[in-house]
Amino acid sequence: MNQSAARVVYPLTVALVLIGLWQGLVVALEIPAFLVPSPARVAQTLVADAGLLFGALYNTLRITLFSFLAAVVVGVLIAATFVQSRVIETAFFPYAVLLQVTPIVAIAPLIIIWVKDPIASLVICATLVALFPIISNTTLGLRSVNPGLLAYFRMNRAGRMQLLFRLRVPSALPYFFGGLRISSGLALIGAVVAEFVAGTGGTGTGLAYQILQAGYQLNIPRMFAALVLITVAGVLLFVLMSALSRWALGGWHESETSHE
Amino acid sequence: MPAVEVLSVEKTYPNGTQALLPVNLTVREGEFITLLGPSGCGKSTLLKMVAGLLEPSDGRLLLWRKPVDQVESSGHRLSFVFQEATLMPWANVLANVRLPLDLAKVPKSTSEPRVRQALKMVGLERFEDNLPRQLSGGMQMRVSIARGLVTEPTLLLMDEPFGALDEITRNRLDSDLLDLWQANGLTVIFVTHSITEAVYLSNRVIVMAARPGRIVEEVIIDEPYPRTADFRVSQRFANYAKQLQDSLLRASGAQEDEALA
Repeated sequence: MNQSAARVVYPLTVALVLIGLWQGLVVALEIPAFLVPSPARVAQTLVADAGLLFGALYNTLRITLFSFLAAVVVGVLIAATFVQSRVIETAFFPYAVLLQVTPIVAIAPLIIIWVKDPIASLVICATLVALFPIISNTTLGLRSVNPGLLAYFRMNRAGRMQLLFRLRVPSALPYFFGGLRISSGLALIGAVVAEFVAGTGGTGTGLAYQILQAGYQLNIPRMFAALVLITVAGVLLFVLMSALSRWALGGWHESETSHE
Repeated sequence: MPAVEVLSVEKTYPNGTQALLPVNLTVREGEFITLLGPSGCGKSTLLKMVAGLLEPSDGRLLLWRKPVDQVESSGHRLSFVFQEATLMPWANVLANVRLPLDLAKVPKSTSEPRVRQALKMVGLERFEDNLPRQLSGGMQMRVSIARGLVTEPTLLLMDEPFGALDEITRNRLDSDLLDLWQANGLTVIFVTHSITEAVYLSNRVIVMAARPGRIVEEVIIDEPYPRTADFRVSQRFANYAKQLQDSLLRASGAQEDEALA
């Protein structure tokens, strides 16, 4: 079997075996659906509540996407500012770290109070979660220029813009894409967490809200169904970012070349 | 006309390390000069000062009678080839060789024919679409040399360019380099720590010693070009190599005596 087929088939086999085990155990031990629903039951719920759940997924993904884009734009701008001078970086980097280590659940209520528009408040929360990997990876990347190449550019009297676009940006791309992969997942987590905090007082339409509601109603199959959607969405985001990275770095960077 | 004049140039680092005691050296136009010596003898430092990559602590450096930073006003141009190929991994061979022209904002219509010609000179015309990682170390070095030649330099400065290559590849590149040097009427200053490479390539070998870095001797390799593979195994070659080796040993021996005294 070739490498790329194996990358799909092996994990899929694991999933099928686990789901089979789960189904078998739930049926054999007669576990009630309000404790652990069987995979078949979860699938049924997914179909039965499709309108509700996929609508909620759409809302969550929309917030994820907005905040991911915002994190990329803001993160890249901050990183570009950091590499302009060590003084700026030294002065501000600790605050970027501060942003990273502050739990979003602790500040989300504040943001939700301060920002009137519920969507905007959720996007801000999720952006804050997704921002740091972009800042730190892009900064590292923009600084990780081969010193020999840098000397060569300098010797040829390359201007500031030439240095940035012909040398620093391409050198930073592998790091940047690494940041994207982490950040896309964090944007989703941030969106879900923010929805949780906003709860019924928020927009009330995301997947987190559905999980909360299903919890109140002891509708455990629906809870699982929503969870499955979040997980699948996260995996798809990761796969998408990996594909993007492979497309952009194809061939030249060690991380994206096939192991021959 | 002298291409390069080094007039009691010295380099002392701010921490007091003497990288190079005052040295004098004149390189005639069209000459192939080798700086030979152990690590720490200041040979790379000297080369980088000639290239304007490092400032001398004292002394004067002239290229075609002009200060280094005004060499272009003399109608001459220098190229520097590093120890490593230092290619852009994301760009293909063509774009890598075109880089100095791109940086000088030469339009592509003018630069592409020159790039193709430079690639032809180093025998890589069939590889212009390849990425550096798809090439062997020797081929990457050829790309680096093509990038050095594409600006049509008159002075080529090479800092141990083939040091990381195996001997067979190195010998072939040495011999190709001599062809390029002759075909283009270049002046070359070549840094190496290989005695055989120095003998094979040079008109003149400048023997240097370390701690502190200095020039100890000049050896003229009085042997016509083109130099064949047979020259490498001739008695005359061995004699030159022995002369250089003795000179290097004397220099390091003298220093040990000093240390004992």
